[in-house]
Amino acid sequence: MAGLHFELVSPARLLFSGEVTSVTLPGTEGDMGIFAGHAPVLSTLRPGVVVVTKEGGSVDRIFVRGGFAEVNPQGLTLLAETAIPLAELDAGAIAQQVKDAEEDLADAVDDESKRKAQENLDHLKAIQAAL
Amino acid sequence: MASLKDLRNRIASVKATRKITKAMQMVAAAKLRRAQEAAVAARPYSERMAAVLANLASSVAGRDGAPALLAGTGKDQTHLLVIATAERGLCGGFNSSIVRLARDHAERLMAQGKTVKIMTVGKKGNDALKRVYGKYIVDAVDFRGLKQLAFFNAQPVGAKIISLFNEGQFDVCTLFFAEFKSVMSQKPTALQLIPAAVAGGKAPDLGGAIYDAEPDEGEILSDLLPRNISVQVFRALLENAASEQGARMSAMDSATRNAGDMINKLSIKYNRQRQAQITKELIEIISGAEAL
Repeated sequence: MAGLHFELVSPARLLFSGEVTSVTLPGTEGDMGIFAGHAPVLSTLRPGVVVVTKEGGSVDRIFVRGGFAEVNPQGLTLLAETAIPLAELDAGAIAQQVKDAEEDLADAVDDESKRKAQENLDHLKAIQAAL
Repeated sequence: MASLKDLRNRIASVKATRKITKAMQMVAAAKLRRAQEAAVAARPYSERMAAVLANLASSVAGRDGAPALLAGTGKDQTHLLVIATAERGLCGGFNSSIVRLARDHAERLMAQGKTVKIMTVGKKGNDALKRVYGKYIVDAVDFRGLKQLAFFNAQPVGAKIISLFNEGQFDVCTLFFAEFKSVMSQKPTALQLIPAAVAGGKAPDLGGAIYDAEPDEGEILSDLLPRNISVQVFRALLENAASEQGARMSAMDSATRNAGDMINKLSIKYNRQRQAQITKELIEIISGAEAL
């Protein structure tokens, strides 16, 4: 079967573009595994780790925060505001992210955005604990 | 008539100026390359964003309850002009051409009886506008001392625009910046941010299938539209940075050339005058000798 064309884009640059076997991404309503030939999907992302399985079986893990994924017949495109390879992610960087999320929570005005910010913060804390 | 000493001083000072403009030109050329790379690297994100937005917008179009960021408030009484300029001068007509475009726009709106509010990004635009339009300026952001613009620098600007919008401070938001065409040409551009203009992106061919949206389209859209504002601001600022360096490079190039011409002219004048003085002295000696 042909590979899945996967692109990871952050506002500053194109981080990854190429053929992979599969991608597991943290959607807002649950993790999704995407293989080639997946039905078209749009989904927002929660902060989490994207697992990219390349052809040949090697695996990349990338931390993403804020953004969304689009699957169409051409492949999978992931737009993330923050994307850091897990190998480069240290306690300091994640602490910074948690701090950002806490500020978001403090800035939130209505209940809905407060709930979202709280959710994001919880996810981040879970990642921080797992590291 | 200037004395020989004056001319000599003048030549020395023009030479010093030429050295400075030459150095500025080379610095601008180096910075331009980096700014251009950043602007090009940021393009895929905003393109994808535009494509997805166009897609979603067409699916919610005509439905009730479309987000206000997309549909607008239904009025166009109050306009917010976001004017992005450079932090520094000495870059030719760069700042003034953006400010002029924005000012024309503001004048036109005011002639139609609309209310205008201005938000400046960058020190130079603020300086140019605050004398005449000071009472319209609601906010001024500057990025002084920032070496390389990152996305999180643009985010607060986007957030501010959105919070003003949510407070009902304005109905339509237009962003002014200079689009980077080439080193020689930068085009001052007005881009409408709110309501979002989404005609740009082309929807991908799905081969008859439709998107599954998770959560639903409306919710994705309400998540995406605020992000889109920040992305557009970021892209505009990057384009601006590249344009600024391009404009400065060509301005400094012509300044350097101009200084060179001036040195040539002054040198010729200096040589003539020296010659004239020598001739005069000779005549004085000869006529003195003849009188004996």
